[in-house]
Amino acid sequence: MATISIRDIRKSYGNTEVIHGVSIDVADGEFIVIVGPSGCGKSTLLRMVAGLERITGGTIDIGGRVVNELEPRERDIAMVFQNYALYPHMSVFDNMAYGLKIAGQSKEEIRARVDKAAAMLQLEPYLDRKPRALSGGQRQRVAMGRALVRDPAVFLFDEPLSNLDAKLRVQMRLEIKQLQRSVGTTSLYVTHDQVEAMTLADRLVVMNGGIAEQIDTPMAVYERPATRFVAGFIGSPAMNMLEGTAKGSIFALEGGGRLTFGDAELAETERPVLLGVRPEHLKLAASDEAALELSVTAVETLGADTLAHGSLSGANGAGSALVARLPGSVKVTPGDTLPLAIDARSVHLFDAETGRRV
Amino acid sequence: MEKRVTFDHRLLPYLLLTPQLVVTIVFFFWPAAQALYQSLLLPDPFGLSSRFVWLSNFEYLFNDRYYLEAFTTTAVFTFFVTLVSMSMALLFAVLADQVIKGASTYKTLLIWPYAVAPAVAGVMWLFMFQPSIGVLAFYMKAVGVPWNPVLDGTHAMTLVILAAAWKQISYNFLFFLAGLQAIPKSLIEAAAIDGAGKWHRFRTIVFPLLSPTTFFLLVVNVVYAFFETFGIIHTMTAGGPGRSTTILVYKVYSDGFVGQDLGSSAAQSVILMLVVGVLTIIQFRYIERRVHY
Ligand SMILES: Nc1ncnc2c1ncn2[C@@H]1O[C@H](COP(=O)(O)OP(=O)(O)O)[C@@H](O)[C@H]1O
Ligand SMILES: [Mg+2]
Repeated sequence: MATISIRDIRKSYGNTEVIHGVSIDVADGEFIVIVGPSGCGKSTLLRMVAGLERITGGTIDIGGRVVNELEPRERDIAMVFQNYALYPHMSVFDNMAYGLKIAGQSKEEIRARVDKAAAMLQLEPYLDRKPRALSGGQRQRVAMGRALVRDPAVFLFDEPLSNLDAKLRVQMRLEIKQLQRSVGTTSLYVTHDQVEAMTLADRLVVMNGGIAEQIDTPMAVYERPATRFVAGFIGSPAMNMLEGTAKGSIFALEGGGRLTFGDAELAETERPVLLGVRPEHLKLAASDEAALELSVTAVETLGADTLAHGSLSGANGAGSALVARLPGSVKVTPGDTLPLAIDARSVHLFDAETGRRV
Repeated sequence: MEKRVTFDHRLLPYLLLTPQLVVTIVFFFWPAAQALYQSLLLPDPFGLSSRFVWLSNFEYLFNDRYYLEAFTTTAVFTFFVTLVSMSMALLFAVLADQVIKGASTYKTLLIWPYAVAPAVAGVMWLFMFQPSIGVLAFYMKAVGVPWNPVLDGTHAMTLVILAAAWKQISYNFLFFLAGLQAIPKSLIEAAAIDGAGKWHRFRTIVFPLLSPTTFFLLVVNVVYAFFETFGIIHTMTAGGPGRSTTILVYKVYSDGFVGQDLGSSAAQSVILMLVVGVLTIIQFRYIERRVHY
């Protein structure tokens, strides 16, 4: 068990810097999920913690010890790879025992540890099989088992579920969470999937273009996204963004028209902003109470919910694309015009230039 | 998925196969049949007529001390050529696999020896190690290593082994390098995280995963040492001094063309054909059952 402290970490390949100074403090036993779009530098960051990539700048501290110059094996970590990286010529047992043998554990000790991990992961019937005789989910478990038996200070996961089908992914997601709870090992988990991130994380690190845009609990990230990027990335369907200017309680849309928010104060002085509102925060309203009208062009029926895609119509800023998430009981067909109300408390404002939350 | 080409015309496939078949028949089956036939004949001392003698050529061979000696010589030669060329190739491949800058130059240079004809390679090594004019022989003498491949059978053997192995390194290198590059990097990384040092990773992960390549090369190298080293032996030692570097293929040549004992020479080639046949069967059976990870 250990804390991790990442201080202003940087990584360059040649002259190209891909990580531009990231700092994260991880408490003992915490489950941190690093989430971001493909190519934003998540894997690179994780691999620097693992010791598989050289660190260009900054420091990484695991359990109070700066590990910048240490070999992976000296860092007391275990890693689960996206493609599992199981040793194909070894049985499941030998795969899990590999690290223990190197550590010079006794035969009995190895047997005991592997059996315990295999029991936790329901792998007992497969200990003699080669990886190629296992299903995707079982391979995934072996990879987890290999990390588990070594009882390291830190678990590192690099998109461990992205090679599984959707159903298995949901199941394994739960298992990973329970497993981590029960052993209480500090974990860094990388994924590009925001649902995985939201459900697993004690705290989220939302990355974009080599920087950490926000580090906070999943709920805080959802409720108060720090930047326009985070607002768009977390939540599905993505948050609606409307361009315009805010002054007092009035938001003037770029394309003409205005939204008024009663007595709520959006901005003291007039400024160009992006107004964000989540699809689930748009509510059907009586025509005279509606803040805006949505002219529906496409409908997605999800059962519990119905997604109405379309654009603003009427006097209020015709043209801007908008999605509303309505209860499944509401019948909507393309061509309808829906009067919608916005609660001022669920509106997010972002500076038009910097994208920071106002 | 099986890919199938269908022909409208029934004769067309045979027509397309003809050139290949003709070449195979003229240059392989025909000479093979001739050798088989010859091996059962004994020509008279003047080469004017031949007598059918059934298997007595073979019988004679297996009672011939020199022939059995050539087997031992071939075994020693093949063992060391294979060992030296494969281990050097593996070493170079492992090193080349780690090179990032100038990797392609390095690879190109390592492949060149393969383009050198065996006879030329033989002559080159002969010059370098020639006791009176060779550059390397000069330095060996300077540091006091006794060296005379012209008179000493062991020295001569060492020299032909080195030359033959050197020529084959390129080929082995290419296959080993491809084999190494086919091993997923994440396996090596996983092993590094599991605590394995470089050598332990090589021994427990890399080498076992290379075993299909290693086995394939083993067969190829044995075949090479048996049959394709004729040019090297011929230019460097002509089987001497004494019979110390007379391997089986060289004996076929020297008994048949120099000794003019066509019956015995033909019998020897038939035996070699059997050896090739066995090696080929081993290789095919293995490749069919090859483990795919
Ligand atoms: N070995 C490398 N050489 C050069 N650029 C690299 C290398 N590895 C990754 N990159 C670049 O670094 C960036 C981050 O990559 P990565 O960490 O793999 O992203 P992610 O895991 O978030 O998808 C990408 O733009 C990628 O092209
Ligand atoms: Mg990645």
